Amino acid sequence: MKLIEQPFVRRILNGRAIWPLLALAVILIADGFISPGFYEIRIVEGRLFGNLIDILYRAVPTALIALGMAVVIGTRGIDLSVGSIAAIAGAMIAWRIQAGDPHGVVLLYALGAGILCGMWNGMLVAFLGIQPIIATLILMVSGRGIGMLINLIYGGTDPSFQSDFLQWLSTGSILFIPTRLYVFAVIFLLLWLVIRRTALGLFVEATGGNAAASNLAGVNAKLIIFAAYLICGLTAGWAGVILTADTHTSDPVSVALYIELDAILAVVIGGGSLAGGRIYLGMTVIGALVIQALTTSILISGLPPEYNLIIKALVVLFVLVLQSDNARRGIVSKFRRSP
Amino acid sequence: MSALLNKKLLPFYATVAVFIAIFLIGGAMYNNFLSMRVLGNILADNSFIIIAAIGATFVILSGGIDLSVGSMIGFVGVCMAVLDSMGLDPLTTALLMMVFGFAFGAFQGWVIDALDIQPFIITLAGLFLLRGMCFMVTINSVPITHEWADLYSDIRIRLPGNGLLRSSAIVMLISLAAAIILAHFTRFGANVYAIGGDKESARLMGVNVRRTTVLVYAVGGLFAALAGVVYALYTKSGYPLAGTTLELSAIASVVLGGTLLTGGVGLVAGTLFGGMILGLISTLIIFNGSLNSAWILISSGVLLFAFMVMHRFLVGSFGLRD
Amino acid sequence: MAIMKANTAGATRIAMRGIRKAYPGVLALDDVDFELHGGEIHALLGENGAGKSTLIKVLTGALQRDRGEIMLDGEPVNFAKTGDAQDAGISTVYQEVNLIPAMTVTQNLTLEKTHGRFGFISWRKARAQAQQKLDRLGLKVELNRTVGSHSVAIQQMIAIARALDDDTKVLVLDEPTASLDADETAALFDVMRSLKAKGIAIVFITHFLEQVYEVSDRITVLRNGCKIGTSLIGDINRQDLIAMMIGRDLGEVEEAFAGERRDGSGEVVLTAEGVGRKRVLAPFDLTLRAGEVVGLSGLLGSGRTELVKLIFGALKHDSGTLKLANGTAGNNPRASLDAGIVLCPEDRKSEGLVGELSVRENIILSMQAKRGWLRKVSRAEQEKIADEMIRALAIATPDGEKLVRQLSGGNQQKVVLARALASSPRIMLLDEPTRGIDVGAHAEILTLIRTLCEDGLALLVASSEIDEVVASSDRVAVLRDRRKIGELTGEDITRDKIVTMIAGDNL
Repeated sequence: MKLIEQPFVRRILNGRAIWPLLALAVILIADGFISPGFYEIRIVEGRLFGNLIDILYRAVPTALIALGMAVVIGTRGIDLSVGSIAAIAGAMIAWRIQAGDPHGVVLLYALGAGILCGMWNGMLVAFLGIQPIIATLILMVSGRGIGMLINLIYGGTDPSFQSDFLQWLSTGSILFIPTRLYVFAVIFLLLWLVIRRTALGLFVEATGGNAAASNLAGVNAKLIIFAAYLICGLTAGWAGVILTADTHTSDPVSVALYIELDAILAVVIGGGSLAGGRIYLGMTVIGALVIQALTTSILISGLPPEYNLIIKALVVLFVLVLQSDNARRGIVSKFRRSP
Repeated sequence: MSALLNKKLLPFYATVAVFIAIFLIGGAMYNNFLSMRVLGNILADNSFIIIAAIGATFVILSGGIDLSVGSMIGFVGVCMAVLDSMGLDPLTTALLMMVFGFAFGAFQGWVIDALDIQPFIITLAGLFLLRGMCFMVTINSVPITHEWADLYSDIRIRLPGNGLLRSSAIVMLISLAAAIILAHFTRFGANVYAIGGDKESARLMGVNVRRTTVLVYAVGGLFAALAGVVYALYTKSGYPLAGTTLELSAIASVVLGGTLLTGGVGLVAGTLFGGMILGLISTLIIFNGSLNSAWILISSGVLLFAFMVMHRFLVGSFGLRD
Repeated sequence: MAIMKANTAGATRIAMRGIRKAYPGVLALDDVDFELHGGEIHALLGENGAGKSTLIKVLTGALQRDRGEIMLDGEPVNFAKTGDAQDAGISTVYQEVNLIPAMTVTQNLTLEKTHGRFGFISWRKARAQAQQKLDRLGLKVELNRTVGSHSVAIQQMIAIARALDDDTKVLVLDEPTASLDADETAALFDVMRSLKAKGIAIVFITHFLEQVYEVSDRITVLRNGCKIGTSLIGDINRQDLIAMMIGRDLGEVEEAFAGERRDGSGEVVLTAEGVGRKRVLAPFDLTLRAGEVVGLSGLLGSGRTELVKLIFGALKHDSGTLKLANGTAGNNPRASLDAGIVLCPEDRKSEGLVGELSVRENIILSMQAKRGWLRKVSRAEQEKIADEMIRALAIATPDGEKLVRQLSGGNQQKVVLARALASSPRIMLLDEPTRGIDVGAHAEILTLIRTLCEDGLALLVASSEIDEVVASSDRVAVLRDRRKIGELTGEDITRDKIVTMIAGDNL
């Protein structure tokens, strides 16, 4: 256990992890002032309810996608198509349930679709050498159309479905705690094992840091990049499953709209640089929680939910300015010039 | 010799060829498709996308990207409508909004160059900010009722063959002409191509990269604001969700128009055809009636893929940039 | 080494005195003097990292000097940026052609140099202006074609045409012939001579000795940031010049090794037969034996790095076969690593290390790649290996967790070596293992090479420092003009023999 905690503790001491945690704390404390009953947690119908639980609950889809995004960004890439992948996974569910498959198999179909999408992106970036933004733009544009087409396969008039199993995965609960939190915990743990308990994480970080040097050191950089997009496709597929099961209908046009932006933001808030080279899985989750906590605060403060966007924009700018070497140098030199 | 001369224009020729081919296919499938009337309608219906895409062309030529375009269209729309309800005339508000678009773009450009942050992420913040501001202005759909708006929409030029050039199409064609002059006959235009082609070389050759970058995004913002004005007057209303994901259509138009997303190669005129290809596809699919709008998205994606692979091939095999 | 006094007819245009420039951890220029006369072609010679480019950048204001003064026509000058130097009449054409390939010749020649009204450009005027610039060099180029569609030679000429204004006094050409063939070079030299005749002073940076003798009037040699000497071209022969460029007095450590060469009785571990690649390196034969150091000597651009990369598979060979003791080599880095071959590349920053990763992570990277991603080297094992390597190679770092980019050049080089060693190789390919590192680390690395050899490794060491090759090799392969021209063994490995081979018979 000591070995696991060591880098985490060191990161906190280095001050990099302290900012997102501090931001989260400030938001939650502010919420306490805005709404006196904010920290209340009660049990209704065998499940915990309350604002804190709600933040965790709602953050799951973004956090899932952000995890995959963190891996992709680690390779110095980006995946814009995650929202579309979620839409495709959702459409797969509606289709296969209508087709009468067992619901466990339906889940596999949805995740398989996510993996396939990830492989497509990975192929374009790693093997065709197309810039990540451009390569993933293709699926971003056409993915929602593919989702709508899948809906058409069975008539498309009513893409809603009933599935106790899938809804239990998304909105059910075990021992008072929402099932999707368990699902998330399991995926997080698995991904953490794959990234940190195998050498994949090191290879991703080496490739993102310096692809040429990694290649000469014997790392198969192309395969690593491919794998990163595959992982991102899988987590986006899972997010699609949870979002679609929540509404029990496949809505490719608007499901997970702009989620790629939230996911990228979560990675950046968590300390990941878009220049690649590092993966912080734990901090990425904190980043997603910061975003969700912001959204929830605006909701309970009575401001229109749309203000969320402005606050998000300001947070992005603030974080980026903090991360920018130029800005830091500029501020430092200002202080030096006028002692 | 002449093949070498023209290889830079290959993507542009490909775009024009694809446009003509799709138009002809449409003509073969539907009797009344191949007409000036349909062409005039496509021009009018897509003029705001094309205007925004013209601005995006400058940004992409310089090697950057601007995601704030769609939100800018929405924001300008609601401002136009709300100012209209306060009694301001559309001409004044249009000028105000274009000044705002220019300034907002300039600010984005300054942050991008001064802080050396990827344009993608800064303009993403711009997207959030402007969309949020839309809702601060109004959360309802607000009509534009000033009589000048009606006067504007009555402007039209008759084309041979029962076609009409509507006011938005006229504004679009004028902006296109202005953009072509700006891109190809000014120092600013030359500098945009230079920093998109090779930023470090351009710097060594004496180009002021900071000023050019600021201006590029300012021009992008200006055209996006103009697109918002045209859209608001076309629909005679402002709606806070208007223009959502339009930045993607704008970028797609630019790429389909033969401009390399890596910057430095492309023609402003190509963007007109790129936007028209997207417009043709949706018109064709709507003409069909039995096809779902899903096909619009998918065919855009397929075309994007084809063009990107083609660009990649051109860059690789002809050394377009090396 | 005698420093020769030089006299030429032209007046002194530029005098640089006591120029010093330090980067973090590296002293790039150490009290360098440089003088340039009007109407001369002055060759500036030196290996990679000798300080040529830094000197030029200091002159043109692209870099600010730490100390020293620059006089232009007797007046002290300080250029804050390159534009200032250009305005003062100093034009520079940098090593990589600095033009925009996708833009036309006219656009490139007139970018930010044509000033129409209100920011508009009159292409008619611009074309006239461009034509005038081309005429000045007697160039016949179509103005409307893109620069990228011309040969590199023409691009080079266009870059020179762009750099020249009516009032240009000094023209700096940084490696202008690097990618030109013989005819193109001759054409460039004609242009240089005609400019010289107009009284323009030209600084000519190159690593081709024939060209130096063909076109220049004087030579200045830099090595490791120091000026070694300046001479009139007629006063120095090729052998002395080579010795000035790559000679180096033997340090104590190196001397200790000289004279105890092994006879090459070890087991053959790698055989290259006719391995080559078109336009990169002519086919060559080479064998590597266990417990033997093969030195690779030749001037910059002779194909040292390319030979090493061909063997490693980082460059794919298109002729010949590469045999290992146990089969054919894989022709890609990953397969070579599996076969026990490792490469320590020349350019540490761009090809050697991942700067943002820690010392520990860099050290175990190759070892981990060899094991595959599933069998992770445990954290405890990583730390043990890193600590062992840090101790064995005396890497100056508090622990393995420091980021590699924060280390000095010498220590970074040791990390590259440590990474190679951690993968338990049988064949090590070292490209310039001692470049840009201080004297102490230099001796340590040479000692290490000998120790490794005694442990039974086969080593191939490419180096631009001839005395280093003489001191540490059991056998020396000599390269010239992208071709292996011979091997020296035993008693024949002397500095003079190598210099003679590199200089060629046509002296």
